[in-house]
Amino acid sequence: MPTVSFTQVLARFLEAPSAEVGGGTVGEALAAVFTSRPALRGYVLDDQGALRQHVAVYVNGRLVSDRVRLSDPVGASDEIYVFQALSGG
Amino acid sequence: MAGRLHVATRKGLFELARGGHGWEVADAQFLGDPVSAVLADAEGALYAALDLGHFGAKLWRREADGAWRELAAPAFPPKPADDGADPHPWSLGKIWVLEPGGVPGCLWAGTMPGGLFRSDDGGQSWSLNEALWHMPERRKWAGVAGGEQPGIGSVLVDPRDPSDIRIGVSTAGVWASTDEGRSWRNINRGMYAEYMPPELREEPIAQDVHRLARCAAHPEIVWCQHHNGVFRSEDSGATWHELTTIRPSKFGFAVAAHPRDAETAWFVPAVKDERRVPVDGKVVVARTRDGGRSFEVLRNGLPQHHAYDLVWRHALAVDDSGERLAMGSTSGGLWISEDGGDSWMMPEMRLPPIAAVRFAPV
Repeated sequence: MPTVSFTQVLARFLEAPSAEVGGGTVGEALAAVFTSRPALRGYVLDDQGALRQHVAVYVNGRLVSDRVRLSDPVGASDEIYVFQALSGG
Repeated sequence: MAGRLHVATRKGLFELARGGHGWEVADAQFLGDPVSAVLADAEGALYAALDLGHFGAKLWRREADGAWRELAAPAFPPKPADDGADPHPWSLGKIWVLEPGGVPGCLWAGTMPGGLFRSDDGGQSWSLNEALWHMPERRKWAGVAGGEQPGIGSVLVDPRDPSDIRIGVSTAGVWASTDEGRSWRNINRGMYAEYMPPELREEPIAQDVHRLARCAAHPEIVWCQHHNGVFRSEDSGATWHELTTIRPSKFGFAVAAHPRDAETAWFVPAVKDERRVPVDGKVVVARTRDGGRSFEVLRNGLPQHHAYDLVWRHALAVDDSGERLAMGSTSGGLWISEDGGDSWMMPEMRLPPIAAVRFAPV
């Protein structure tokens, strides 16, 4: 099952431990995490379910391409990382 | 008189207490995080809205026992797939103002991109005011200067009737509901917008209402700091007349209304929009005590030499007595008056840029 890990910066606001979850896309894997930790959703996604403008998600070190529908595929051994984007100085 | 003051800054929320030696910081929370709005309600809870750069707008509440916990932030419903023409995002940008709704548990949140939200359970859950959001005219709202999103910066609930509400929008004028938010009308007449073409100058929806303040004891009296001047209404925001005697300038963001005296209000004038600094580098407050026919310029205790502090919309507050005022600036200046503005003191502290100040109810 894919593993989802979150930036440690989030620990200032809420618990966000790594988790092994089901799902064949980035969106499905994140949704599986948010099922057990609903408060985390709003930190990562906007109200319409897209990635927040200044949040970056990598799959095995590669930035995801679909930030709106989160349709990038993930495999059972993939590592998904959620970081804050360095959008400024 | 209020003995507690909450200061929302770019780098945290500070609580000041009035002790025997003056005002001192009693608590600092969310250090490092931008706080966009703060509200201390009559039931003893304290609300803080965060504007996290990466992770969005958040809402926290401090209970009467002192423990903070995060609440669900207001959120927009799913945007219909066939609704691509809306120029504004259906996603919460920032909570700009929090106001009590006049009945226990009820709160209103004014936001960017122009959504008005209501909670009936002390902020634990929120619903978008759909009547306002779905009005076709809402799509004509313009963004706050320097930004793309409109903002609801003022929510006035009539203390005599919680179903009677006014909101001030940058940039869309004053909107009224007399049925608890089920329907809305753009009501303001008498304002003018120098930034619009001549034929649109007096359009009610084109007015950049920086901030509204109403007299609690005489709620039909509403004051406005507008982008192009200061105005007063005697009919709950329907018709406005300009107060042309204000000095040293007519531009500014903040206004505070005396809670009992319908003739008294305070403004913080600045050089108009191209520069947005105090006139001649001197921080002053303009006070009227005669309904706006004349103004006094108050400067005792305020910096008068190369001071470039700007006071934002929510960074001027008066307490329930009308005697204590607080004012915070973009440079982190904080001044408190205990004599209605005649004199000001600056507590010994250097704060981050200030977005909002608010006294706790006594």
